[in-house]
Amino acid sequence: MDWTIFSFLAADALQNGTIYALMALSLVLVFAVTRVILVPLGEFLVFAPLTYVWFLPAEVSGLNLKGQIPGTAWLAAAMLLWWAILDRANLQRAFFLLLSALAVVGLAWWGAQGVPLALGWILAVLVVLPIGPASYRLFFEPAKNASVLTYLIIAVGLHFAFAGLGLVFFGPEQFRLPPIWPGQTPIGLVPVNNQAFLVYGFALLAMVGLYLFFTRSIYGKALRACAVNRYGARLSGISPSQAGYVSFGIATLITCISGMLLAPLISPAYFQGFLLGLKGFVAGILGGLISYPLAVVGALLVGAMESWAAFQASAFKDAIVFALLLPILFWRSLRSHEIAEEE
Amino acid sequence: MCFSPLTLIAVLLLLVTPLFLPPSSFYLSLGNYIAFGALVALGLYLLTGLSGMTSFGQAAFMGLAGYTSALLCIGLGWNPWLTLPLGVGAAMAGAVVLGGITTRLKGHYLPLSTIAWCIALYILMGSWIELTGGHTGLRGVPPVTLFGWSLNDSKSYFYLSWVFVLLGAWAAWNLTQSRSGRAMRASKGDALAAASFGVNPAVLKLQVFVLSALYAGVAGWLYVHYQKFINPTPFSLEASIKYLIAAVAGGVGSIPGVILGSGLVTGLEEALKGILPQIFGRTGNYEIIAYGLILVLILMFAPKGLWPFLERYLPRPQPQTPKGTGLPSRPIQGGAGEVVLEVENLTKRFGGLLAVNGLSFQLRRGEILALIGPNGAGKSTCFNMITSVYAPSAGSVRFKGQPIQGRTPYEVHRLGIARTFQHPHLFPEMTVLENAALGTYARTRRGLLASMLGLSRREEEAALAEAYRALERVGLAHLAHHKADGLAIGQLRLLEIARALASGPEVLLLDEPAAGLRAGEKRQFAALIRQLVNEGMTVLLVDHDMDLVMGLVDRVVVMHYGEKLAEGTPREVQRNTRVIEAYLGEAA
Repeated sequence: MDWTIFSFLAADALQNGTIYALMALSLVLVFAVTRVILVPLGEFLVFAPLTYVWFLPAEVSGLNLKGQIPGTAWLAAAMLLWWAILDRANLQRAFFLLLSALAVVGLAWWGAQGVPLALGWILAVLVVLPIGPASYRLFFEPAKNASVLTYLIIAVGLHFAFAGLGLVFFGPEQFRLPPIWPGQTPIGLVPVNNQAFLVYGFALLAMVGLYLFFTRSIYGKALRACAVNRYGARLSGISPSQAGYVSFGIATLITCISGMLLAPLISPAYFQGFLLGLKGFVAGILGGLISYPLAVVGALLVGAMESWAAFQASAFKDAIVFALLLPILFWRSLRSHEIAEEE
Repeated sequence: MCFSPLTLIAVLLLLVTPLFLPPSSFYLSLGNYIAFGALVALGLYLLTGLSGMTSFGQAAFMGLAGYTSALLCIGLGWNPWLTLPLGVGAAMAGAVVLGGITTRLKGHYLPLSTIAWCIALYILMGSWIELTGGHTGLRGVPPVTLFGWSLNDSKSYFYLSWVFVLLGAWAAWNLTQSRSGRAMRASKGDALAAASFGVNPAVLKLQVFVLSALYAGVAGWLYVHYQKFINPTPFSLEASIKYLIAAVAGGVGSIPGVILGSGLVTGLEEALKGILPQIFGRTGNYEIIAYGLILVLILMFAPKGLWPFLERYLPRPQPQTPKGTGLPSRPIQGGAGEVVLEVENLTKRFGGLLAVNGLSFQLRRGEILALIGPNGAGKSTCFNMITSVYAPSAGSVRFKGQPIQGRTPYEVHRLGIARTFQHPHLFPEMTVLENAALGTYARTRRGLLASMLGLSRREEEAALAEAYRALERVGLAHLAHHKADGLAIGQLRLLEIARALASGPEVLLLDEPAAGLRAGEKRQFAALIRQLVNEGMTVLLVDHDMDLVMGLVDRVVVMHYGEKLAEGTPREVQRNTRVIEAYLGEAA
């Protein structure tokens, strides 16, 4: 391996690692607050850019959709509607949810009529965003006080359902998306896609934002309280449901924007999210799904491992990355107490 | 041993039905796939239903066994019967590696790593084209032969598959009814309580995980030699999830449940194959929507699956009162008055908090020693250090001269120390008798394998008799077959004591045993303790009830802010001014 190859691999590692870091941060956030291991996060990652494809003018997307509303909008609206029905006792909230459901369909219709690229971009994120918190309300909240294991099985079930719906909504094809910032900038020997800089910028922004949110804002502190001791948090007047909506909401938002920024670099299809999300897990597990900085370190490690594996044996790339989980878990098991009380 | 008539009828129906079907019938082929699924699901019954773990990687174990067998049969021309143990061995070896590094961790690491493992193995099977033929697969896997008779058609294979399923179900049932099964259910509910009675939860979990891989491995072997063709598709993550759905949908907590589930999911799969392409107008992986939603909805609305709904209409077996003499008792060595337990300079720091500071005392054989002190004095922490739940920051604990600090709770228990907990650590889903029987775990020795083959029955009968005797001593025998979650707090404490008694300990550690007992129960409790001591037991107890303590015990150690304040007979301690000050404040 010479210097040129090394720098190419390093650039690749950084780009992938950053995406995994964003996924890992979202997963850690959701797990710490709600004990849910959010397997379907990968689906949210691709739902946003695929929805965006439906909002692109025909000459950019190369599709003839005739103003068809993307399926994700119907999904989001249906979930909000169901949420409204569940919360019908709280009229004000139910009405707000009902309105949101209508708004989602309305926005999707507007987007599908042909809007400027930037507006379509924002509309796509807005349309997909409600799916996250609504998932918490519809599927995880009713199973209150379930074990981590039950939540995990529900999450895996949701992943399957969402992945299948993704296939129904968008078909099996990969789509090419226009980059926000086209072209490349050479750094040393490596030409880096300008779009990748946007990913790095967003990752930094998200990390600083999360840091400020958790240390400075009362909502952030409430979430941290929930993460440390949920019963205690409840006694101090923090609603665990609201903490759940907020954490799912933030995680979905980070993931949707990451997906939108990443999409021009990977040409997304419905099935791609899962593997990306799973690599976020491998990263998050390094920090025990609790530590944010360790998750970021893990993500960069996974990225590096992946580019190295891609160079050595590209067909086995993913197998090697997942095999990386074994030494990480081994390391963690050495640090663990033998008999811990399960939560 | 005997089977219930309903089980016999079900098995008979299963074996007779194929006789009326043509050998290549679609239903027989379906029956074979149900059998493969049932075997995997039986493994999940042991893993999830009994032990509270989950795997999303069972199909990978099938694949490991299937590929091992297929490659050896095709490449080297070996007989499938020879490759069965090798294939299953490969699956079990994979489980040893994966389980070995995750079973010591919290519950969600194992399932997460099985997801990664399943995907990694699937990629390997699909990409190592020179060896596996990639996604196109390999043809020419030989059929299974039995006494020179080739099992080529669905009918003969149906019998082969279901013999394996019935054997597997029988073994799983035996295991459920054994000490290991009880220990599995116990460590699922409360690993600390299980460990305090001699169970090594990490080893047990690993064993069960490997066992579930064995079931999956056999299923994989059957699958491959039935299809006579192998490719990675049936061993994907999606297939693993399908097996998990089958187990959960039928009812992962019961053996008929998981077999029923396999039938349901296999049938559903066939139905969806016909319906979905018509709905969506093209073929694709649409069934995963249905699978995902079914899994989610079942866990939300009927987490125990369908079987409990059917079970209601079936006759219940009458619980039998155990008879017999119980287990051989531990010979008591050493004379009265010798030091059994010696605590020296014991110290525990939690961060900046000094919970116990330089505590020393001795427990002599045949005495009742009370550890008392105001709340927060460090009594329970001291208990937890003696039983090795916590490792002391400094100091030592010696049992009969042997240092035991820093060991594990199950090692300490096996030496002859049994404890109760301040907040009862019992298993609400298990009966009172089963709860007490956990105490006999360290006195019995039949392993997992012997239990599965039904060789542990005599020992199990003795263990239950022993547990029943312990219940009689504390006065709970009339509730033996009730579930523990219906008991009042006083009864729970008595059950904790019964469980400890069932372990036949030399030293009994009681953490606030009388809290919540009524006056009559307290008198009964005091009489029981005196009787036990007369029989040669040694008792260390913590309690707040001064009337009870002062009237019952021989000596008292008073703790205050983690340190020993006084030691002596109840009379001496009651006169000690420092003790009075600690309890009543400075003014006194």
